[in-house]
Amino acid sequence: MQKPRVAFFDFAGCEGDQLQVANLEEDILALLGQVDIVTFREVMKEHSDQYDIAFVEGSCTRLLDEDRLKQIRKNAKVVVALGSCAAIGGINCIRNYKDLEEVRRTVYGDQAKLFDTYAARPIDAVVKVDAYVYGCPINKEEFLQVVKSLLLGKKPDIPTYPVCVECKKNENVCAFERGQFCVGPVTRAGCDSCCVNEGTICWGCRGLVDNPNENSHKEVLIKYGLTVDDAIGKFKLYFGWQEAKR
Amino acid sequence: MNDMNIEIHHVTRVEGHGNIYVNVKKGVVEKCEWQVPEAPRFFEAMVLGRQWNELHHVTSRICGICSIGHTLASLKATEAAMGITISDQDLKLRKLALHAENMQSHILHLGFLVLPDLLGAGSVIPLASSNPQEVKTVLRLHRLANEMSNLLCGRTTHPQRLIPGGFSKIPSIKELVALKKKMQAAIPDLQAVAKLIKSAAGKLPNFVRETEFIALSSPDEYALYDGQIASTDTGKAPVNEYLTFTNEYIVPRSTAKWTKHNRDSYMVGALARFNLNYDKFSPWTKQVADMFGLKPTCYNPFMNSIAQLVETVHSVEDSIRLINELENAGLKPQPDYFKPEIKVKAGRGVGAVEVPRGILFHDYTYNAKGVCTKANCVIPTNQNHANIDLDMKALVPTLLDKSQKEIELACEMLVRAYDPCISCSTHYTTVHFV
Repeated sequence: MQKPRVAFFDFAGCEGDQLQVANLEEDILALLGQVDIVTFREVMKEHSDQYDIAFVEGSCTRLLDEDRLKQIRKNAKVVVALGSCAAIGGINCIRNYKDLEEVRRTVYGDQAKLFDTYAARPIDAVVKVDAYVYGCPINKEEFLQVVKSLLLGKKPDIPTYPVCVECKKNENVCAFERGQFCVGPVTRAGCDSCCVNEGTICWGCRGLVDNPNENSHKEVLIKYGLTVDDAIGKFKLYFGWQEAKR
Repeated sequence: MNDMNIEIHHVTRVEGHGNIYVNVKKGVVEKCEWQVPEAPRFFEAMVLGRQWNELHHVTSRICGICSIGHTLASLKATEAAMGITISDQDLKLRKLALHAENMQSHILHLGFLVLPDLLGAGSVIPLASSNPQEVKTVLRLHRLANEMSNLLCGRTTHPQRLIPGGFSKIPSIKELVALKKKMQAAIPDLQAVAKLIKSAAGKLPNFVRETEFIALSSPDEYALYDGQIASTDTGKAPVNEYLTFTNEYIVPRSTAKWTKHNRDSYMVGALARFNLNYDKFSPWTKQVADMFGLKPTCYNPFMNSIAQLVETVHSVEDSIRLINELENAGLKPQPDYFKPEIKVKAGRGVGAVEVPRGILFHDYTYNAKGVCTKANCVIPTNQNHANIDLDMKALVPTLLDKSQKEIELACEMLVRAYDPCISCSTHYTTVHFV
């Protein structure tokens, strides 16, 4: 049987998710036994427009990106959004809360008009997406799990519960108990609460969980004497596109 | 050679998107240009209105590959603005984090992106079958650097433990010593990679163009985390005066801003650091440079890759030294979920750090509530764009007796030698022979 042909592409993002793929180290060699990587500009000169699975990193931020994205969709049987920027719009959407003209002027001054842009968005705002690998950056194990599922023709098993579930299991001291604000209660799990485990908070990089329980999140805020303003600042880090759609 | 059009859209094996355009008519180069069409990302606008304790988290996302460097430059800017100092122990741990990233990035560049050119392959993928031992050696070193990032930062990309004033969590001395032993055991791997690159180094073009080099420099050590700005043309200046060095300007064909200082361009990165700070290397590290005949001041940009190899050796050696010092001093433990006490105040601060691709500046202004009101980030690859462009304009006329394919390869190799991080600089690479 012919091995599935796999391609990697990137739009506006930091390429940290493709780096996570490179960081699989020896596991890449095992992966190469199962698939043929035919396009991966970051690591190879060769290029092909014939591929079965396209992994797309980064947000769509310009009208001219849409043509390239639509062509990828046309060429691929399966399109996978790789990482937060592609899957939920991610950190790029911070600027969607601002006047984009002013954003351009802040960075490029009186030559702003040379630099085309529109509200940053996830790739499923432009094309149909078949699978999502969340996270900023993606979790290597979850990436492998998604690849395995796709190769077996199964739906990847992505958690639909919040980060708090994993965080409790890891016996972390709750960030709210420590006087910090955390968006774990409304953020999709699957990261094993990695940031809280490292002594900080959940920043929400995997996006809002399906049907977030906002009322209970509000109760948590009230219980710990926090305000909606505290919440809004953190919500604006990664949830920009999802919030605008709700 | 009569007429030739080269158009390389989105140069491969580099981070981000860039294009090369070369047009030759009747044996004369009419156009030779480096372009950066990457989608702009507007980070300096994104951080406005955000809190002081979030900026390092946001600006880390400028670049996946040098996220530790961006986080550190960001923290240093915030700490400078608010007069926050860190302990000597945290300083050493941050230096280790920076070594981890430099090693990871340099090995990725040398082993995955440069080596295929030297061994005549399109990528590392066919090398996995043709040179399995060599590829596995590179992967082992890469894995070790990532293990080190994990230990210091809590993960490999977009660090978690690095926070204003110190660390939210630190490794134990046992873990650090175990890391040190792994690094000592990795020295034969490092020597094997040096020999492998040496065996193919004849493929690196012997091209020379005099330019200015800029890097941090310190009287105490090979400067990476701290130092003054140093130029091979004009000498040293404090970090706060960085704007007089970077002089950013906008080029319509590039979404990245370009910079110039004493000449039309300057170069930053491993070769710039090597040229400015060679005397701080140990004899052992200098031996690796000697293998390649690399001495300061070297004006061949293709030797940047070799300077990266030399720096990798330095990072291993210096990391072992730092861990020994931590071990001798006794590592002071800290509470779980540590959050240093910080007195928020208004002010402006500049943070400069040497990251894999060169000197990086973050410059923030905060109001009394700790809200960011102004931000500027000058990224290494931005500072190299003009130098890449001028190198290409000098290189192509020397190659006109070669085939189009050979010229394309030389141009791509030139761009790769800089190890550009175009996402950082906006962000993207393409060669167009028009």
